[in-house]
Amino acid sequence: MQEIRRKYVVPGDRIIDGNFRPLFNVIKAGNSIIATRVGIAEAGREGVKVIPLSGIYIPRVNDVVIGKITDHSSLSWEVDINSCFSAHLPAQDVFGRDFSPARDDMGSQLTIGDLITARIIAFDRSRDPMLTVQDKDLGKVPRGEFIKISATRVPRLIGKRGSMIQTIEQSTRTRILIGQNGIIVVTGKDSDGIKLAVRAIRLVEEEAHTANLTQRVKSLLGVSDPSRQEPSPIPKPQNVQKNDELQSSIQGVEEELKEEVEEGERT
Amino acid sequence: MTQTRNLIDENGKRTDGRTTDELREIRITAGVVKNADGSAFIEFGMNKIVVAVYGPREVHPKHMALTDRCVLRCRYHMSPFSTDTRKNPAPSRREVEISKVMREALEPTLMLEDYPRAAIDVYVEVLQADGGSRCAGITAASVALADAGISMRDIVSACAAGKVDDKIVLDINDTEDKEGGADMPLAYMPHLEKVTLLQLDGILTEEEFNKCLDKAIKGCIMVYEVQRQALMQKYFGNESELREEQ
Repeated sequence: MQEIRRKYVVPGDRIIDGNFRPLFNVIKAGNSIIATRVGIAEAGREGVKVIPLSGIYIPRVNDVVIGKITDHSSLSWEVDINSCFSAHLPAQDVFGRDFSPARDDMGSQLTIGDLITARIIAFDRSRDPMLTVQDKDLGKVPRGEFIKISATRVPRLIGKRGSMIQTIEQSTRTRILIGQNGIIVVTGKDSDGIKLAVRAIRLVEEEAHTANLTQRVKSLLGVSDPSRQEPSPIPKPQNVQKNDELQSSIQGVEEELKEEVEEGERT
Repeated sequence: MTQTRNLIDENGKRTDGRTTDELREIRITAGVVKNADGSAFIEFGMNKIVVAVYGPREVHPKHMALTDRCVLRCRYHMSPFSTDTRKNPAPSRREVEISKVMREALEPTLMLEDYPRAAIDVYVEVLQADGGSRCAGITAASVALADAGISMRDIVSACAAGKVDDKIVLDINDTEDKEGGADMPLAYMPHLEKVTLLQLDGILTEEEFNKCLDKAIKGCIMVYEVQRQALMQKYFGNESELREEQ
């Protein structure tokens, strides 16, 4: 079996020939694996995939997302999760199983315009995503600066084991909530810190696929010695969900980050 | 289609100085419309076309949604200032037809079943028209769809071939379209080697048709290289050539 190879692809490009397992954003055509999106192709032992560089968010079960309440019926809220599907949050999930539309006032818990952090509990081809807020750190987002980025940039923003986001959080003294759907909420006491964090996030969004990004983010944030600034053992934001795809994308940037650190040490 | 004058001179040069196998100059830029999910601007000779792609997004009106796949909607429109005499901005019969054939040319490449109950909207706005705007539109739309991150089996490239002065020539321009013998627009998926659009205006013999088809396919492959370059340039900049690492 060949070792991991990476290359830039556009739809229709042949990534590799041979008996490989197609993972995602690829199709098998005869003996070849073909890319279906613009991105970075990776062919490894476990299979072949393309890490996309553009595209909207497609919900996946167990993703933690940030959404905005847009409407409600007598039994559920409708939530905009920055996707082509609008999600539903059942009222029973918030009020408990004895919820009664006649007795309970849904407006007392969540109103139109509220932001929530939620987990997707069900989604498939035939139904819209269903959300839950019944978990630690899920529920209404009380305050913060709201930013929308492309969902494909989320793994890069989190960085290797949360390194990028930790760097931003520590140097700007903010707390950053990231939804897998590309919606971000930045909170903090210092408005300058929030502004700086937003600028750093925008930088990551614009230059996500370029090398030496960590270095540039650090220089924007004014972190003096980037190569020695190891992430301190502060736990990663717990709302950040690492699913398989994210995990693998992080592994993808790992090599690049490692190279960057090595370069920093050499210079 | 009666030919009134010679469109190819004794040196084998056409009205715009090209040889019979030469394309007009093509330039494509991806990602020009910030508000769209994907976009492209193409200059195909004198054609100037902007394409914006939105989606996949929710379908409105909702009854148009399909439960098993995505709806693709295309709108080809010529600006009032795109031609020498003002064009009425209302959709004409020709524009409605081109919107339809464009949708059908793009549909085979898109993996619409990946986005059930959603819609993809493709807006093709012709800013300046020369012959072959449907081909240029399809070419740019394909780049814009890839830019929007929509799953595609291949990129669709389009190019016309035709008959001028009883010779088969590549990439018919406006004069040749109006005064020449035949015009055959073709859309083609270069990797899958499949034709997604074939129209023919004029009369060709079987032999001429085969020649024309071969020539148009060769043209599409040349167009594809420009499309690929545009996408590579947007996403990977100057380091766009294959980069293989361990």
